[in-house]
Amino acid sequence: MKVVLENLTKRFASRTEKGKDVIAVNNFNIEIPDGQLIGLLGPSGCGKSTALNLISGLEVPSEGRIFFEDKDVTKLPPEERGVGLVFQNYALYPHLTVEQNIIFPLQNLKGSQKMSKEAMHAKALEVAKLVQIDALMERKPRELSGGQQQRVAIARALVKIPNVLLLDEPLSNLDARLRLQTREELRRIQRETGVTTIFVTHDQEEAMSISDLIIVMKSGVINQVGKPQDVYDEPVNLFVAQFLGTPAINTLEGEIRDGKLYIGDEAVLDLPGKEDRAVYVGIRPEGFVLDPDGPFTCALDRVEVMGRDVSVVFTHEKMQAGRNMRAIIPAESAAGVSGGTVRFTLKPNKVFVFDKESEERV
Amino acid sequence: MKNNLKAWLYLLPAILFLAVFMVYPLIDVCVYSVEENYNFASQQATGIGIDNFRHVLSDPYFVQALKNTFLIVIITVPLSTGFSLLISLGLSSVKKLQNTFQTIYFLPYVTNTLAVGLVFMILFKKTEYTDGMVNLLISWFGGTGVDFIEGPYWAKMFVMCFYTIWVVMPFKILILTSALASVNQDYYKAAKVDGASSFRIFTKITLPMISPTVFYLIITGFIGAFKAYSDEVALFGTNLNAAGMNTIVGYVYDMLYGNSGGYPSYAAAAALILFGIVFTITYINLTVSKKTVQYV
Repeated sequence: MKVVLENLTKRFASRTEKGKDVIAVNNFNIEIPDGQLIGLLGPSGCGKSTALNLISGLEVPSEGRIFFEDKDVTKLPPEERGVGLVFQNYALYPHLTVEQNIIFPLQNLKGSQKMSKEAMHAKALEVAKLVQIDALMERKPRELSGGQQQRVAIARALVKIPNVLLLDEPLSNLDARLRLQTREELRRIQRETGVTTIFVTHDQEEAMSISDLIIVMKSGVINQVGKPQDVYDEPVNLFVAQFLGTPAINTLEGEIRDGKLYIGDEAVLDLPGKEDRAVYVGIRPEGFVLDPDGPFTCALDRVEVMGRDVSVVFTHEKMQAGRNMRAIIPAESAAGVSGGTVRFTLKPNKVFVFDKESEERV
Repeated sequence: MKNNLKAWLYLLPAILFLAVFMVYPLIDVCVYSVEENYNFASQQATGIGIDNFRHVLSDPYFVQALKNTFLIVIITVPLSTGFSLLISLGLSSVKKLQNTFQTIYFLPYVTNTLAVGLVFMILFKKTEYTDGMVNLLISWFGGTGVDFIEGPYWAKMFVMCFYTIWVVMPFKILILTSALASVNQDYYKAAKVDGASSFRIFTKITLPMISPTVFYLIITGFIGAFKAYSDEVALFGTNLNAAGMNTIVGYVYDMLYGNSGGYPSYAAAAALILFGIVFTITYINLTVSKKTVQYV
């Protein structure tokens, strides 16, 4: 089901009388297409979970409206919206077995939707099979591993066939290995059910790897919406550029002068038709090419071998304080790098220039 | 060996204390209870047997005390626990003035039993000058007053139970409120999204989550109510037999020190009977709880 957010805003009153209200979600306008997996991405405290709670109905928006397809659900309580919600800590009822947990939402159905016991068990078994926990139906949640609990939580959210499935940091309680496995699983389940799914995460890699669409948020404001690759390739501002990608983008101070991009005294790139101004330069780690005659000179720190690639760590006087710069270079071309200075040419499509004042892309 | 000796030395104060004040009296009670026709002055008994138990069980005062105690237990434990649960639920759902309300509900707990007894006298007792506040209210609504302190048995039992419930509730409310507060809010949110009604959330989520606490309150409530005595004295004075409101503990006390005192054997027998009852009830409670209480 398509989800449309219109001017959605959530303000929390300040705890102190004089303090300013906290705007957790600021004027969201977005249309989430039917049947897709959406990653809502942002640093912690940026209002992602609040946005999710607004869609689920657990929080009431201060302003704006929410539509599922053409139906305005803004004023509907959570149980009437037909959403499935998976909590960060899963919130499985600890005193109920896996099966009882999954059946719980079905038992709450009223009126014509009421199901017979057999139908409920059949339905529970069906979703349990989908998430591959059908062998664990008699266990209590505490007897399950984190990953299994996660699946039960998803099964419970799916059993009513929700219009929208919402997941709050679904992978953050799992260890690294399980996280990789589970995100594949999440992708598969979403594909099989075709339920519009929105998941919140602060892990950009996670969001990029499985989402059809990512929404990058900062301090309650949507910064960019797009396909993961598009957002990575064309960040609209410095924040988005820095937030996506591992290793992170290298940021330096620079200047546009006479149609050229200067870092320090070196003109590293041609930028015809751009106005002169002070800028931040973001260079993706894969945007460097070793070149003895290259225009960009840096002080080499060390070379880290990673097998297929090497990671060249270096410093530059114009770089952001406290961080080293890092270039990822194919291992075969990195032979002979040692000591002193290194010179690079830059791949133009891996270099982003942002206005120093607004931090918007130039 | 040396270490062993040291260990015993460290334990000695506690062992001595326990032996003198706990173990010896316990054994002594058992001994007293089987010594027939024990004479307090000469410290002599005529024989060993179960005559004391037979005497106590056929003593109408004991039977009355037994009946009173059971009534108090059966009425006050479920009611006080139920009311406390209701009030705690109410308390945890109000946001404003929650602390103020909590303090008010806790006040009876820190108030002296006898002072509370006095207040209840004012509320319920008939004197030459006044019929007591409750009777005043009853007559306002067109009813006829009744002497709650020296009147019919049911009236006295009503005051007794009312008083007991009132006295034990603050503690239960305190414990239940904190138990409710410790339930993770995410469960409620999840249940809400799952479409559960408030009633279903209460019976299927809240109650199982706080069931260990409820169970603890029921067990301690049972034991406390079986040991009731001081509350009865506060309301009806020391001559509880005359008031017909004696309890088992009161009977034990009377046998030792009361007007009819000087019968440690009967007292011991009664005390052991009480122990047997409390033990049985607690055992039943524990058995039932294994099926119903959710320890997570």
